[in-house]
Amino acid sequence: MTDVNSPDFLKSFRDASLVKSVITKIHQRITQPWTLMEICGGQTHAIMQYGLDQLLPQEVELVHGPGCPVCVTALELIDQALWIAQQPDVIFTSFGDMLRVPGSEEDLFSVRASGGQIRVVYSPLDAVKIAEENPDREVVFFAIGFETTAPANAMAVIQAKKLGLKNFSILPANVLVPPAMQVILASPKNRIQGFLAAGHVCAVMGYWEYPPIAEKYKTPIVVTGFEPLDLVNGILKTITMLEEGQVSVANTYPRVVTFQGNQAAQTLIKQVFKPVDRNWRGIGTIPKSGYGLQETFREFDASKRFDIGNIKTEESEICIAGQVLQGLKKPSQCPAFGTLCTPESPLGAPMVSSEGACSAYFRYGRN
Amino acid sequence: MTHEKSDHIQMQGPLCPIPHHLTDTVGISHGSGGQMTHDLIQNVFQAQIGNQYLAEGNDAARILIDQLEGQLAISTDAHVVSPIFYPGGDIGRLSVCGTVNDVAMLGAKPSFLTAAFILEEGFPIKSLKKIISSIAFSCKEANVQIVAGDTKVVEKGSADGVFITTAGFGIIPSNRQIGGQFAQAGDAVLVSGSLGDHGIAVLQARGDLGFDSGIQSDVAPLNHMIAELLDAIPEVHVLRDPTRGGLATSLNEIACQSQVTIKLDEETIPVKPEVRTACEMFGFDPLYLANEGKVIIILPEEYVTKALMTLRKSPYGQMAMRIGSITQENPGGVLLNTAYGTTRILDTLSGELLPRIC
Repeated sequence: MTDVNSPDFLKSFRDASLVKSVITKIHQRITQPWTLMEICGGQTHAIMQYGLDQLLPQEVELVHGPGCPVCVTALELIDQALWIAQQPDVIFTSFGDMLRVPGSEEDLFSVRASGGQIRVVYSPLDAVKIAEENPDREVVFFAIGFETTAPANAMAVIQAKKLGLKNFSILPANVLVPPAMQVILASPKNRIQGFLAAGHVCAVMGYWEYPPIAEKYKTPIVVTGFEPLDLVNGILKTITMLEEGQVSVANTYPRVVTFQGNQAAQTLIKQVFKPVDRNWRGIGTIPKSGYGLQETFREFDASKRFDIGNIKTEESEICIAGQVLQGLKKPSQCPAFGTLCTPESPLGAPMVSSEGACSAYFRYGRN
Repeated sequence: MTHEKSDHIQMQGPLCPIPHHLTDTVGISHGSGGQMTHDLIQNVFQAQIGNQYLAEGNDAARILIDQLEGQLAISTDAHVVSPIFYPGGDIGRLSVCGTVNDVAMLGAKPSFLTAAFILEEGFPIKSLKKIISSIAFSCKEANVQIVAGDTKVVEKGSADGVFITTAGFGIIPSNRQIGGQFAQAGDAVLVSGSLGDHGIAVLQARGDLGFDSGIQSDVAPLNHMIAELLDAIPEVHVLRDPTRGGLATSLNEIACQSQVTIKLDEETIPVKPEVRTACEMFGFDPLYLANEGKVIIILPEEYVTKALMTLRKSPYGQMAMRIGSITQENPGGVLLNTAYGTTRILDTLSGELLPRIC
């Protein structure tokens, strides 16, 4: 039985009989409880959307990782974005998901309602185009995301430099997956025994960074895709490795991911960005876990271009987003879940984003 | 996530959604047709001007007038769309079809419309003529007449080109009872065609897709198709056009109005491959995209085959499908059975549809 509505290129990866046969193998293979973390919020949502969690054996516990870019963007960066967006003569551009993420006092939607010029863009290059078309305005792009969005963010900066644009800048906010995995594994409270690595991050970066992590923490890491068949295959591979005591890195998403990754994209990233320490919302500062601009592109840094001053940030006292993002608690264990905190009035970013774990629990009815 | 198997699905909260607190200002999400629109209507409008007619919760009102045989159906709709012209339609055709369909959803025969125009200073007369020509064409197709109208012009910047508000009137024959509150356990759920076409066509016309999907809006007057259906099967319980908020939101409204559970089979829900592909790329769910020429039909199980045959005779019903059933076990929600034998909740649209990041 195949999902008749899927585009042709996805049909076979959604084939229900193939998915069920892999599920059967997982049931046959497993002999004891295992706790796995899927890093990427896109994977969390796919698992819930297709209800794959309902098909897995009791012994498999899936814990949701921090792989939701809007969720982990630091509060001070969001407050900076809100400050910049309120300035006259500024057009602030952002991916749509970011507009509803609560800052200390408000969100970008409410800044727009009170007159701020905020535009949703689908690609950072659209922001460059807006800057070209509006030479009398400062155009700022909120450069969030993991390694997946970094090449396009870098390309926007390079393009702006090539065009000689003096009115374009980015608020650098990219974060990196491997340092976050190490923080989770190094925590004394860690329960994660195997990782499903985020396929799209690996499409850009490859998985050459992972073998030392797997070795150091004795934890298998399996590069996994996003379709139902990809997900159950990733889970089967991780369970098999755990059952056999293998500690290594495997790739179950070879149609997209290679060991070296996309070399051209990595070169672009290195040209524009350098690793910097970054504060993750709800988790804390992780060394060398973000991208800042290289000195040669310093003029495109919005945080330096605008005199933002000191912003005092204030997190909700009830929200347990940080513990959810580290896999220590489930969204439904939050006292505000579904009551004080809903997608319409979120207290924390994981309730907002299409990749957030709290939003997945709320939307697909997991209590 | 731990795995409480099989008893995994639980309804969110009480039977119908609790209104959330209102923000201080109107936000764009208050117009999405989803939960926030519902909250705004309930907390601001219904709180002060609520009455038995509004309380029925349909897109048109049923009014009993002593001298009249049958009941009067009345509906009104404000139309704002950007851009004004898009593949397959424009604001003119939309303003006729939207209201004609809302009246037809009560089983009434729409006959007369009124139309009010708010025009922005500087709007080209050529564009206005094009819109009016589209209105004339659609009125002819729907066999309705515009019998009263109004025109206001506002200063440049006070509106976006043109806004059109139409109202529609029609007579519901006596003994006919159709509305969102009449779904019953044992009924079947049908939809007249593929979902999400209008939503994708408008996104495309805005230039938001960055490519041409070739999708046309489905905007169309459905009154003739519905009249044929009701002639063949007077026993229909619910008709609803899934406009803003899409199929998912409309079905949640019906589940709440009728206090029933709606169970859908995901695989049977018709979505065109082009729409599906655009949705895959941008992270949209077609079940939340707007439609302007589709109808949800809920009727007793025994009439399913006859209904599908009747619908498929119309140019607007050729992809009609049976997509689910009504049960009573967990009232107030919509459940979706996936191809994998799993079940999940299909919730109301929350805020605005936003594209994903990566």
